[in-house]
Amino acid sequence: MNWLYDFSILTQSIHESLSRNFVPGTVVLIEMILAGVAFMILFALLGLVLVYAERKVSAFFQQRLGPMRVGKWGTAQTLADVIKLLMKEPLMNKNADKFLFNLAPYIIMISAFMAMAALPFAKGLQALDFDVGLLYISAVSSLGVIGILLAGWSSDNKYSLIGALRSGAQIISYELSVGLSLLTIVVLTGSLQLSVIVESQADGWWIFRGHIPAVIAFIIFLIASTAETNRGPFDLAEAESELTAGFHTEYSGMKFAFFFLAEFANMFIVSALGATVFLGGWMPFHIGGWEAFNNIMDYIPPIVWFFGKVSFMIFMMMWFRWTFPRLRIDQLLTLEWKYLLPVNLMNILVMAFLVLMGWHF
Amino acid sequence: MKSIINYFKEIFWGLKSLVKGMAVTGHYITHPKEIITQQYPENKATLKMFERFRGEVVLLHDENNEHKCTGCTACEVACPNGSIEIIPKRVEVDGRKVKAIDQFVYHLQMCTMCGLCIPACPTDAIVMANTFEHAVFDRSKLTKILNKPGSKIMDGIK
Amino acid sequence: MEEIIHDQELESKEYFINMGPQHPSTHGVLRLVLSLDGEIIRKVEPHLGYIHRSIEKMCEHDSYQQIVHLTDRMDYLSCHINNEAVCLAVEQALEVEVPDRVKVIRTIIDELTRLSSHQLWWGVMGMDLGAITSFLYGFRDREMITDIFEETCGARLTMNYNIPGGLFFDIHPNFQKRTKDFITYFKKKLPEYDALLSDNVIFKQRMNGIGKLSKEDAISYGVTGPTGRASGFSCDVRKHHSYMAYDRVEFKEILDTEGDCFARYKCRIAEMWESMHIIEQLIDNIPEGDYKVPTKAVIKLPKGEWYQKVETARGEFGVYIISEGQRSPYRLKFRSPGFSNLSALDHMARGCKIADLVAIMSTLDLVIPDIDR
Repeated sequence: MNWLYDFSILTQSIHESLSRNFVPGTVVLIEMILAGVAFMILFALLGLVLVYAERKVSAFFQQRLGPMRVGKWGTAQTLADVIKLLMKEPLMNKNADKFLFNLAPYIIMISAFMAMAALPFAKGLQALDFDVGLLYISAVSSLGVIGILLAGWSSDNKYSLIGALRSGAQIISYELSVGLSLLTIVVLTGSLQLSVIVESQADGWWIFRGHIPAVIAFIIFLIASTAETNRGPFDLAEAESELTAGFHTEYSGMKFAFFFLAEFANMFIVSALGATVFLGGWMPFHIGGWEAFNNIMDYIPPIVWFFGKVSFMIFMMMWFRWTFPRLRIDQLLTLEWKYLLPVNLMNILVMAFLVLMGWHF
Repeated sequence: MKSIINYFKEIFWGLKSLVKGMAVTGHYITHPKEIITQQYPENKATLKMFERFRGEVVLLHDENNEHKCTGCTACEVACPNGSIEIIPKRVEVDGRKVKAIDQFVYHLQMCTMCGLCIPACPTDAIVMANTFEHAVFDRSKLTKILNKPGSKIMDGIK
Repeated sequence: MEEIIHDQELESKEYFINMGPQHPSTHGVLRLVLSLDGEIIRKVEPHLGYIHRSIEKMCEHDSYQQIVHLTDRMDYLSCHINNEAVCLAVEQALEVEVPDRVKVIRTIIDELTRLSSHQLWWGVMGMDLGAITSFLYGFRDREMITDIFEETCGARLTMNYNIPGGLFFDIHPNFQKRTKDFITYFKKKLPEYDALLSDNVIFKQRMNGIGKLSKEDAISYGVTGPTGRASGFSCDVRKHHSYMAYDRVEFKEILDTEGDCFARYKCRIAEMWESMHIIEQLIDNIPEGDYKVPTKAVIKLPKGEWYQKVETARGEFGVYIISEGQRSPYRLKFRSPGFSNLSALDHMARGCKIADLVAIMSTLDLVIPDIDR
């Protein structure tokens, strides 16, 4: 069971056995296919689990039971929903732009896939680890907005268009806050490489070691990332009480399911990013100097730590969604440009000062 | 300076009000005992309707298959939307012909459950039953004949 | 839609959008044709008639007992109060004085109806603004009232508990206990409503200063109920033209001067407290006596005209009966609060955003069958 604590043992052994049988070019190809299949399985599982989790969590917030009929405690509900969506007729407006209409859900899915590739899931379990990992994720995950804009534009529906344009304004603004709040921690670590950021938290997570500025950055990250994934209270692009369903009003069947899946995948990605940067990623809870305590913590495998932290972040986002009313578009932009951005910039300055003076732990 | 203090005050009070709201929903997620869902088809055995609940009109029959309806059509007159239709017939009692019901037709699909027919009945022959699952696949099943086959009027009811 | 575009000259930036008849936040089949400039509303044109059932015409060939149950189907959230309006008009015409017991019971159920209507409004209001959880909490508390209704009146929504001259049945033996239990329960839950929405910073920002309606406009549009009172228009029928047992209870008429969405919201929340206060004064003092005075099986009103108004959860509801001495009225007109309140929507919503329109419609508390009849 050693591989559970260090996945590089597992990946190395696969690599070696492949190298013995194939030429190097084929090995790379096979490994890419293997990684791709693994990500696809993860994606599908995430969709199933997160949709179920959202329905259950929202139900318990609202004093309901949630899905209870399909399977024990309704666990097979999402599977049944998938079958239903697969069998639904893919409808399209007569005047819709057919090419863009069909393309839009794939762009959103692709951006989610690309971002997921660079996430460090556990020790040695990271498909892409390069020196600008953080920049890469924040760049790629905001590509999804192109899909939303295309969906809104090509649907030939005014509600969709309004939703898409709202989403455009929203994501462009909030991208800044997400980036800047992550930069606050980058100032501490001095690296954009995700594996280095995780390793640097071996003596304690940045949210505890970075004083108040790290906590402020974490709160800003929580708010801004909720906004970036288009989730309530920032779900203006969908806003079912105003725009029926916003940018995906005209989608049905599996194409709608892609938007739905991508929303949950994006939620996972930003949560994983937040967990990696602020809460130490797969790094167990360590306190510098307490060797015995740290050793006990190490018994819990890194992958459990990672998914535990991610589910905490996701739970927070669900809590927001099922408590708060939705903002209006001008208030959304006011929140970003008048509150989050100035606070964020000030916060970075304070953090830089702290680092310069060497006052952090 | 004052505006800067106000700016931070605003942020603080704003965040505080958000936390206050989250405390309410947080209370309910940590108290699953307070869940109010009733699992409907499963709890059918224990589900009891209130006795005054107006579900549908029924004509009461006793164990001898006798009812109290004289066919006076008071309920038909009282009904605001024509849900009740009484088809009378003449029967011979003690050598003279009297009016009685042939069919007590009740159109459930038209009934608004207002309950006006019940006090209108001079012999208390009809009551509102507590049944509720009235959905059917065939519309014609909603037209019911309330008097059971072979039933006759109780003795002494005029 | 096409015709509208052709008959009007448009500014180059404006475009039309159809909100409804199928739309999640029009709460029924109201169709609003919005003329928009980006997200900003230039004009709102409500189109009615999607749920017109010609109730007034149906009343012209129904007997007076039968008319009562039709009013259930108008403003279904304050059906008992609507029923009462018809019964009061008929009793006024027949010059029948109902027993004290009937007066008190009717008043208590009126206030329970108002409470349940406001609870539903609160839940739906939260949902319109995107806080779906409030919807479930509102319905949770409303369920207790509908249980009380079901036990006493026999139905949860379309109760039809009033008849000209009194009540259908006497109250159920459990009625007083259940009502008192509900009041104690709801006094604990109502502060929760404030914590979840009223104090929330996002909610306040969405509501403050949106959809202003001045007192003069409220009067000239005939906006009544909590919507009118939030603009400072003192229009509570219970105070000014007291009926039933309202003259013997002590309660405040909630008035505000702001006239914006938040004022309307606060008015309704405060009205819930007042309703509970009224019920508390009456619930232990239900006088003994008959629950109805006997009336003829076929009621024929004398020749003449009568108008009776009552305060429903949405505002002033009026019944105007012209009788020719027959068993059915010659003409019957309902003055429904929703219709007048809707007429002010265009005035309030101009210059707002789409999201604000949803908020304004929520605070108007529209029930579409009441508008269309």
